[in-house]
Amino acid sequence: MRVNVTVNGEQRQADDVWEGESLLFVLRERLGLPGSKNACEQGECGSCTVYLDDVPVCACLVAAGQAQDREVRTVEGLAEGDRLDPVQEAFVEAGAVQCGFCTPGLVVQAHDLLDRVPNPSDPEIREALAGNLCRCTGYEKVLDAVRLAASRR
Amino acid sequence: MTLTPTELTSAVPGGIGTSPQRPDGNLKVRGEFAYASDLWHEDMIWGATLRSPHPYARITSVDITEALKVPGVHAVLTHSDVPGRNLYGLEHKDQPVLAVDVVRYQGEPVALVGADHPETALRAMKKIVVTYDVLEPVVDMETAVDDTPLHPGGNLVRHVPIRRGSQDVTAEVVVSGRYEVGMQDQAFLGPESGLAVPATDGSIDLYIATQWLHVDRDQVAAALGLPLEQVRLTLSGVGGAFGGREDLSMQVHACLLALHTGKPVKMVYNREESFYGHVHRHPAVLYYEHGADRTGKLVYVRSKMYLDGGAYASSTPAVVANAATLGVGPYEVDNVTVDAYGVYTNNPPCGAMRGFGAVQAGFAYESQMDKLAEALGMSPVDVRIRNAMSEGSTMPTGQVVDSAAPVAQLLKLVQDKPLPAGTSTDIRELPGGVSNTTHGEGVVRGVGYAVGIKNICFSEGYDDYSTARVRVSMVNGELAAAVHTAACEVGQGLVTIMQQIVRTELGIERVTVLPMDTTIGNGGSTSASRQTYVTGGAVKAACALVKARLDGRADIGDEVIDETTEWRHRATEAIDPETGQGNAHVQYGFAAHRAVVDVDVDLGLVRVVALDCAQDVGKALNPQAVVGQIQGGSAQGLGLAVMEEIQTSGGKVRNPSFTDYLIPTVLDMPPMSIDVLELADPHAPYGIRGVGEPPTISSTPAIVAAIRAATGLALTRVPVRPEHLTGT
Ligand code: FES
Ligand code: FES
Repeated sequence: MRVNVTVNGEQRQADDVWEGESLLFVLRERLGLPGSKNACEQGECGSCTVYLDDVPVCACLVAAGQAQDREVRTVEGLAEGDRLDPVQEAFVEAGAVQCGFCTPGLVVQAHDLLDRVPNPSDPEIREALAGNLCRCTGYEKVLDAVRLAASRR
Repeated sequence: MTLTPTELTSAVPGGIGTSPQRPDGNLKVRGEFAYASDLWHEDMIWGATLRSPHPYARITSVDITEALKVPGVHAVLTHSDVPGRNLYGLEHKDQPVLAVDVVRYQGEPVALVGADHPETALRAMKKIVVTYDVLEPVVDMETAVDDTPLHPGGNLVRHVPIRRGSQDVTAEVVVSGRYEVGMQDQAFLGPESGLAVPATDGSIDLYIATQWLHVDRDQVAAALGLPLEQVRLTLSGVGGAFGGREDLSMQVHACLLALHTGKPVKMVYNREESFYGHVHRHPAVLYYEHGADRTGKLVYVRSKMYLDGGAYASSTPAVVANAATLGVGPYEVDNVTVDAYGVYTNNPPCGAMRGFGAVQAGFAYESQMDKLAEALGMSPVDVRIRNAMSEGSTMPTGQVVDSAAPVAQLLKLVQDKPLPAGTSTDIRELPGGVSNTTHGEGVVRGVGYAVGIKNICFSEGYDDYSTARVRVSMVNGELAAAVHTAACEVGQGLVTIMQQIVRTELGIERVTVLPMDTTIGNGGSTSASRQTYVTGGAVKAACALVKARLDGRADIGDEVIDETTEWRHRATEAIDPETGQGNAHVQYGFAAHRAVVDVDVDLGLVRVVALDCAQDVGKALNPQAVVGQIQGGSAQGLGLAVMEEIQTSGGKVRNPSFTDYLIPTVLDMPPMSIDVLELADPHAPYGIRGVGEPPTISSTPAIVAAIRAATGLALTRVPVRPEHLTGT
């Protein structure tokens, strides 16, 4: 099948999509956007988090066809040119990035949190990020990063 | 080809002792860093692996006819397509690239498919007909040695005895116990993956996520029957490792498919396959007896421990040596009897994971120290300090610890930290959290302590070295440096450390880290907490050569100064095979934890309220990264304490998914306050002491000690499960 979808503001088209393919697969393998990650492909890790019509979803759980004529925003669409989004900047500065495999998902999720709740409390941050696994950091510096980003937005 | 590994340049101040940003940080937050699973090549096909469903079986036939007929399939390969040696392994070459006539664990690779779409490959795989004659698996590590031999030499991989002092001394106070450690998974988030690109001359390039390029290359070349120079490896982006990428996974498989089809081949495991595709932490059964006098001074420690290596040896011999030589912990004990056994079974193969043998022993000896404290009526911290080793102490191997060993100080540091406020009334901070299982009723609090010891760098006489090349030339009128090694960046931040060392040694701000590959000499493994020490040492040494040629000049015109050198740490020795005596280790690292927990005793739910750590790192080359390592290592220890276990039954894995194998989330992790000591080791570059592993050792027993303190239960097994707490 053919899938038409707006990704990071651009109209994109993917051909020969097999009906079982996920949005994640189409983004990564057909549209050249591998920023969203594939740590579990079963909805458990959050590494594939993208905005689908402004709501963060696990792209691995969305069938490609479900994205037809909708808007997707991925981690690649957060920075403006060379200028990082404050959340991205804070992740680097706070040391919240080690291997970075969790980072795209966490950045999108934190970005959404700060859009909804500009000054989240620690329990609010934890709740918002509860679906995003990170194996490297123990999350302390991820929390630091979100606090830092909140203080700057 | 897109997304090849790139050079990483930053031109900022930031020598050692500061925390400049990682040079790959911006790429990673933008989603533009090329991990191995992101690679893409024109015309590439996808590889898939057919695995054994049985833990132990004879293969009676393999029929690939129907699979080959599936449209879109380019190749179906079995062991007869392996042109070189069909056996590999880190210490013993005992593991087939593709099974021949027997499979020894569930998930063992049997055949490969290359196809134009991953789904096509999966469908074709289902059409391969393998007939098995299923055999009774060997699954009990304690009796494996006397069970059906799974390998020609029997089921004992290695026995390490330690004999020190009197073997039959008695003591006034004796405590003993049997402890069990479950099988932990590294659960790195970036799945096993890589891209093999064949060249027209029959050679091959492999872009791969690994921990050790050169040893991968050697094993791949042997299996392909190619000379080393025809197999080129380049490190791709690595999504964490923690030991799980020391052994081969899809390396040879992708190359076989690529050479066979003449096409680039990408292989990416999904999470379930990843659980079958790499070795795990050895589960262990450990028997201990500690004898002490009435003042709490240890008189003897005796231990017998079994480590289940599973179907293939991997790094079991070295894991067993660690468990044995570090088996009494960071304590002075004059009389020691240890027998550590690593065995083959039909359980999943086990090998390296952060802490490497020291974790299993650490849970047991620290549980024993708590038991001893209780028997003596002493506090857990006092009994540890009473026996704490220090610089000049003698290990059970006879090795004298010749740099800082601030065990007592680390314990005091965590003891003196402020305790968290009492049990919260916010439901989000109670055991069970927003599942709304308690509002505080049935919740009890406990505090526990532990301290651990880890060897740093490779041991037992291994020639452990790294190679570094530093090149300096003029860029935009200023000196600029590039550093090249084959040492793997897996997330820990070696790329930053190398830049910092160059800046400090040469005073040059603009430093480029070149992609890591096998065109330069061996960088050694990213394991044993050794890269900052050994590759850091090599970069420092290469800088010294460059500096001599620079001779103070700030402008070298068109000249290019390019120096490559090898650097090795001081030599170690093999241990005596009967007594375990010998200077086996290069350096020892120490960390201590204090854990505070709330336990809902009705439901058996645990919430770790605080997990504070003190660790000596010799010198913090990058303080932010050091703290990040300690926090991350502590988190993995928390996972082993209360949730993480690959559960097997009859050799079969029952929970190969993140739905059923739980790792800590941000809700499970408490705030962690970290104290970093910097007591320089005069033998190490800049005085550093390896950082990554020690916190993983003491975190687990501290948490379990806290749960014991809260509940009064004995708790001799990790992970502690709800049913252990409720008795149901
Ligand atoms: S890859 Fe989608 S949740 Fe893990
Ligand atoms: S930084 Fe490695 S998983 Fe989060």
